[in-house]
Amino acid sequence: MSLSHKDLLKRIDELPLLQNMKDALHDDLAEVEVTDEEFEAIARQVVEDFDRAQVVPCEAVGVVAAQSIGEPGTQMTMRTFHYAGVAEINVTLGLPRLIEIVDARKIPSTPTMTVRLDGEYARDRDLAREVAWSIESINILHLGSIATDLAEMNVLIELNEEVMAQRKISVEEVAERLSDVTKLAVGRPDDYTLTLTPKEPSYRDLLQLVEKIKNISLKGVEGIKRVVIRKEGDEYVLYTVGSVLKEVIEFEGVDPARTKTNNITEIAEVLGIEAARNSIINEANDTLREQGLTVDVRHIMLVADMMTCDGEIKQIGRHGISGEKVSVLARAAFEVTVSHILDAAIRGDVDYLKGVTENVIVGQPIKLGTGHVQLVAKR
Amino acid sequence: MTVPKRIGKISFGLISPQEFRRMSVVKIITADTYDDDGFPIEMGLMDPRLGVIDPGLRCRTCGGRPGECPGHFGHIDLIAPVIHVGFAKLIRKALRAICRECSRLMLLENDKRMYLEQIKTLIELGQPIDDVVNKVFSEARKPKKCPYCGASQKDIKFERPLSYIEDGHKLTPSDIRDRFEKIPDDDVKVMGMNPDSARPEWTILMVLPVPPVTMRPSITLESGQRSEDDLTHKLVDIIRINQRFQENREAGAPQLIIEDLWELLQYHITTFLDNTVSGVPPARHRSGRPLKTLSQRLKGKEGRFRGSLSGKRVNFSARTVISPDPNLSINEVGVPMEIAMELSVPLVVNSRNMDALRNFVRHGSEAHPGVNYVTRSDGRRVKITSRNCEEVADMLEIGWKIDRQLMDGDIVLFNRQPSLHRMSIMAHKVVVMPYKTFRLNPAVCPPYNADFDGDEMNLHVPQTEEARAEAQILMRVQENILSPRFGGPIIGGIHDYVTGSFLLTHGERRVNRREVMELLKKLPVSDLPPPKGVDEEGRPYWTGKQVFSHVIPEGINLSFRADFCMNCDQCKEEECEHDAYVVIRDGELLKGTIDAAAIGAFKGKLTDRVIKELGPSVAAEFMDSMTRMAIRGIMLAGFSFGIDDEDIPREADNQIQDVVKTAREDVQKLIEAYDAGELEPLPGRTLDETLEMRIMQTLGKARDNTGSIAGRYLGLDNSGVVMAVSGARGSMLNLTQMAACVGQQSVRGERIHRGYEGRTLPHFRNGDLSSEAHGFVQSSYKHGLSPTEFFFHAVGGREGLVDTAIRTSQSGYLQRRLINALQDLEVNYDGTVKETRGIIVQFKYGEDGVDASRRDYAGPENVHRIVQKVLGKESS
Repeated sequence: MSLSHKDLLKRIDELPLLQNMKDALHDDLAEVEVTDEEFEAIARQVVEDFDRAQVVPCEAVGVVAAQSIGEPGTQMTMRTFHYAGVAEINVTLGLPRLIEIVDARKIPSTPTMTVRLDGEYARDRDLAREVAWSIESINILHLGSIATDLAEMNVLIELNEEVMAQRKISVEEVAERLSDVTKLAVGRPDDYTLTLTPKEPSYRDLLQLVEKIKNISLKGVEGIKRVVIRKEGDEYVLYTVGSVLKEVIEFEGVDPARTKTNNITEIAEVLGIEAARNSIINEANDTLREQGLTVDVRHIMLVADMMTCDGEIKQIGRHGISGEKVSVLARAAFEVTVSHILDAAIRGDVDYLKGVTENVIVGQPIKLGTGHVQLVAKR
Repeated sequence: MTVPKRIGKISFGLISPQEFRRMSVVKIITADTYDDDGFPIEMGLMDPRLGVIDPGLRCRTCGGRPGECPGHFGHIDLIAPVIHVGFAKLIRKALRAICRECSRLMLLENDKRMYLEQIKTLIELGQPIDDVVNKVFSEARKPKKCPYCGASQKDIKFERPLSYIEDGHKLTPSDIRDRFEKIPDDDVKVMGMNPDSARPEWTILMVLPVPPVTMRPSITLESGQRSEDDLTHKLVDIIRINQRFQENREAGAPQLIIEDLWELLQYHITTFLDNTVSGVPPARHRSGRPLKTLSQRLKGKEGRFRGSLSGKRVNFSARTVISPDPNLSINEVGVPMEIAMELSVPLVVNSRNMDALRNFVRHGSEAHPGVNYVTRSDGRRVKITSRNCEEVADMLEIGWKIDRQLMDGDIVLFNRQPSLHRMSIMAHKVVVMPYKTFRLNPAVCPPYNADFDGDEMNLHVPQTEEARAEAQILMRVQENILSPRFGGPIIGGIHDYVTGSFLLTHGERRVNRREVMELLKKLPVSDLPPPKGVDEEGRPYWTGKQVFSHVIPEGINLSFRADFCMNCDQCKEEECEHDAYVVIRDGELLKGTIDAAAIGAFKGKLTDRVIKELGPSVAAEFMDSMTRMAIRGIMLAGFSFGIDDEDIPREADNQIQDVVKTAREDVQKLIEAYDAGELEPLPGRTLDETLEMRIMQTLGKARDNTGSIAGRYLGLDNSGVVMAVSGARGSMLNLTQMAACVGQQSVRGERIHRGYEGRTLPHFRNGDLSSEAHGFVQSSYKHGLSPTEFFFHAVGGREGLVDTAIRTSQSGYLQRRLINALQDLEVNYDGTVKETRGIIVQFKYGEDGVDASRRDYAGPENVHRIVQKVLGKESS
């Protein structure tokens, strides 16, 4: 007597298992005839194995996670490699990137975004390029050349008509933007030439003005220095140098749900702490995987959760988790020993010796693992 | 058993002068230490009431002998108050925040209450209160007039290192102390201090604690001269100045001299507390070495906290060089006899073991397994010698404790630094052996990251029953085969084990009766399987696969691609013509070759399956048998690698030369195109970068091509290829470099550009961009490198060395930080992960509560297997 399909489904769902195990069961049993006894046997073994896989209470998961991430660190490279596939963009990888992640740095050494596009934009190369151009910050060197005219003591900008049309920016806009930032009058001897004259006719001011103009962002998102288009599967994806998530996800054609940045602090600000936590996991996981090292996600999750559990990203180290521990001795044993002790004295801190280091220092068993058990034999 | 005492908490605070005088055992007034007879002077810095260090003397406070008496503090009464450097910043902030007349914190009552409330909540939450306290100080600094007494406030300037200047006048420590004394307790609380344990005026010292002599022992040099500790030197200075100060003040010396002496006293006390304060010249020893004073003793890696308190030294440990022994079990460790006779295990005599233990004692301490000490029930210890052993053995009573020498079967902990993960310390069973090295099965090298080029390892003997049980159950090697990092086996065959299994199982290797016996010699095999067939001369033969099947436990079903799989376009699986698809049915190796993918460390699929299906004991047995057989497998075949294994035929050499030549020409063409301005830049790259990338590509391809040419002439009859292909050691790239072409040397992923302006070496023309001028090594190692090639090779090699050196320090620090941040986390009985503050970090560990090292039990793969097993069995 075999079970009906509907019955089977219901009984699988009732089992205390993970969804992916239920799915696997479902896939396996969908095609075959299963009797009641057979199903019972399968269910019993699967649940038994699942129970066996559970962590045992008192397991020092923190240390195991730290070791699992720290140990492969010795095998990682120090170099900055090219981004997988996109030869144009350099991204920090390997050990420096991992350190950057756990340091919770405000700005990574190579900020970059992966911008995915919506519907039509993702499929049409021209539309994708338009988005790219509207995001990319343009300065004067993109549009033409800049020179100094020492006879006239002014800066001469010659704009390229073709590029201007391509980038959809008019000479008026450029002139306006330049005069806004430099607070100088912009002359326009002919259609595609602009001149600026510094207030004081000195060579130094003139050259400084040129440098200043070069740095002015005329159009696009300031901070996005370059955008590269790449075809991935059947969609076009934009990779950027520089990261301004908040502004970029507002753009027409950008899919905000699938757009990401490697700047974790920025994610926390724009999308919230849960997103930041996920992004720590993803970034750390990608970094390790790229180096060919397998580390279970659970370890990385624990690190990410530890870094974000207070609602803000905290560094793994002196200015974060380790510096905010309750135990004076644990803090003193980590770094800046003396000031921690002096401060503790002033505040009248009390160390309840709950952690590992404190108990090692006073020479008693630590309260983790087998030391967690508080039963003592009665004589 | 007695209930162990535990320290419940440690409170921190400042000690008031009154309290300190009460605690002190002696007031120190003379700067002298010892008199002419070498006895400590009373009321001097070595007063016997402070504790004793000289043998034969007794402490006048507690009566303890040296080693028993922990030492007692004395004190010096300072003539004038002195600032404690550590609190200089706090004193500055407090001075600015309180009224100069009425000493009240210059905030309105409401604000005070609000801030106090905030501080209380933060303390309850276990959060740092620094931010609020700083806010209090900065707010209280603002009013120009005191809101309580109306006195107008003056700006207080702080000058390094320790001067507070108000209105052009320097505030003396006495002035500051007077002001602080008047601060009401309620205001002190708002300033983030606890007035019960730390009043602000206590940051200004009136009484200087004199640490006990046990803390600053003097050492006697060979010349008989005494050399005092740095702290003692500093204390001598302080007492001298203090005395002079007193004399001058009593004599009514001018204000200027008094102030100078005051400052000098301040200097000495400052350096006594911390000798690295910026702005204060460090106090120096006569030899010019800066003194190591209190702060320096605590700080840093070798300081009290990290060096002495967090890292402790232990007894019952040994260290020596390690060497391999493939006949040992992975659970065992070979211990030299000399070490075994020194280390001991404590055993308590009871009615059941009396006779056995008596026997040990009779051996004395010179015959193994003997006894080193016997502890009687009253706690007296007797050292066992050959002379008293019989006597003591006869006296042995129930309740006595004997320290038996280490013998076979004892459980010990084995460790190799750096201890980067928990598998760096594992429990082994002792096997006492001759010679002087620790012996271990090479299969356990990967978790320790050990090799035998002179590595040393440490061994520890657990001294209590609980410790032994814990070691046995949790730390044994077999319990650690699966790494918690990725849930796979970290212990497995390396080097010759892999080669041996490969040679044995690859293809249809025939072994005759004699060879089979040799291979199975050390295995628990009672019957030979039926021979596979009969050879031309009528003698029975077996196959390597058949023999290897003996070590695979029954009930194992598995199929996977071997490590030397050629990645054909279409995998023919069981029909693989390279014998690279492994099929195991019920513990029988039917097809395929056993190599690194089956039994190797980190990736052994067979090991993985054995331990996950049959448990660690079977897996350990499997590893033992496998290593024993593999090592005999490689000996049977004979295996060596020499310089002539890198030889390739002349025609191959010619082909390689051609490839290199065309590559060189291609590079030349690229350079010409670049010079002519015909090179198209890659998007987003400059012309120079494009050229470099194209050249690198061309030369990389050329190296690969030479490699494949060499590979064609180097077959499986070449030992190097066998090692590379089976995953035992090295790669085809290494062989390519030895036999065909070393290839491009790089620094930071680019060709070598550094050196002189415009060229790397004087052998090249300025601006030469050709391959040979920028580090392309076209020779092979076998061939030998030209001088310029050799130089470039050294440049590339140096980068690797520097890289490794930096990486170890960086990753070491990363690991220390990670451990420090996460060490207190543990899974609770309710499945949550909490930290010491009690804050929940994860509601369920890893979102599913699955242990990483046993994660496969909770995966879909396992479900498929169970379904197949149940349905398959029932249907047949």
